[in-house]
Amino acid sequence: MDFTFWDILRNLLVGLQWTLLLSLVAFACGGVAGLLLLLARISPLQPLRVLARGYIELFQGTPLLMQLFMVFFGIALLGIDVSPWLAAACALTLFTSAFLAEIWRGCVESISHGQWEAAESLAMSRLEVLRHVVLPQAMRIAIAPTVGFSVQVVKGTAVTSIIGFTELTKTGGMLANATFEPFMVYGLVALGYFLLCYPLSLAAYRLERRLNVTA
Amino acid sequence: MSLLNVTALHKYYGDNHVLKGIDLKVEEGEVVAIIGRSGSGKSTLLRTLNGLESINDGVIEVDGDYIDAARADLRSLRQKVGMVFQQFNLFPHLSVGENIMLAPQVVKKMGRDDAQQLARQMLERVGLGEKFDAFPERLSGGQQQRVAIARALAMSPRVLLCDEITSALDPELVNEVLAVVKQLASEGMTLIMVTHEMRFAREVGDKLVFMHQGKVHEVGDPKQLFAEPQTAELRQFIGSINF
Repeated sequence: MDFTFWDILRNLLVGLQWTLLLSLVAFACGGVAGLLLLLARISPLQPLRVLARGYIELFQGTPLLMQLFMVFFGIALLGIDVSPWLAAACALTLFTSAFLAEIWRGCVESISHGQWEAAESLAMSRLEVLRHVVLPQAMRIAIAPTVGFSVQVVKGTAVTSIIGFTELTKTGGMLANATFEPFMVYGLVALGYFLLCYPLSLAAYRLERRLNVTA
Repeated sequence: MSLLNVTALHKYYGDNHVLKGIDLKVEEGEVVAIIGRSGSGKSTLLRTLNGLESINDGVIEVDGDYIDAARADLRSLRQKVGMVFQQFNLFPHLSVGENIMLAPQVVKKMGRDDAQQLARQMLERVGLGEKFDAFPERLSGGQQQRVAIARALAMSPRVLLCDEITSALDPELVNEVLAVVKQLASEGMTLIMVTHEMRFAREVGDKLVFMHQGKVHEVGDPKQLFAEPQTAELRQFIGSINF
């Protein structure tokens, strides 16, 4: 069977959609989990802090590929059948949450101690201070590095091809085998990632600059 | 019964014994000025009074709320004890009005309209009625500090703690802040202030507390103490300051 250039492109676009979807899911779920993890990481309760720290160290200190294998094969050991899609989304969520929590912790800790003291002196509780005073300020600082990190998530989705999830890289691999034109196909795959990532990098760069000008 | 009672208060930073058994009574409507060299423990003492610093021994009691080494009653106590800081610490992401409205809304569950009305009243009180919608960064240091005072007053505290509130200001801005404090004193507000403004302490203060090496070294009427210090340390301290 022969593939025209358009056949290749059409199939890659389908794969690109899955890459995009997986990135969005990982980023959204990772964001929510990352926020909870952040709260635990800066909690006054030491056991929570230690747990959160351990989790973050674990996921920052191991390759994403291993995390993916652990989730994919680990859950299967429990007798539960996981689809590659679910395993990929879970692993990327875990990975993303650990990094976002750590990025955001830095932003929260950059808010001056005087802000805490002023708000606590007004009888606000720790959570009220976080919600109304510290997080709104930390969020502004966090936007640029968060968008910057989303680039890592998009590129990270490529490893899910290993467990058979048909996103952009996997689609590219199959097309390369079928067409015997690996250079052209992988070139297009790379271009696909670039088209997703470049606007994000650009946005992060712009946001960073805008923040520096006003600060 | 005094409004604020401090009994046998001890505070350590590690091995460093910074407050060595403080006893202090403050009556309703009294203006107390705490003076002393840097490192004498005066700011630390002030910060223990609303629980910003924990204490290792002793009791602080304000109008029925207690702090001891176990750190109790903070939510209730802090509604009675307001604080203004050297560095103003306004919330930069909120307008002046919102800075003042936040705690009444969040802590006292006041409605938005009531909180807004309250904030406008408090701003009038410190002479900044027209700055409701301005952001803190647009204000001078003196104006920011007056907003910080208005923010503390909005919680209707029984006592206001002032921690060197004019020390970060340019000299020409000091008086507008002191004028507000003086006005509060004349309205009967209970004030405890750590200050380097000796002239102000003498004119407006009802009680002068001289701290030395973590203890209340001398306490009494400001005019009398400035005129006739009883201890060599206070005499030396007063001599070392121009005012």
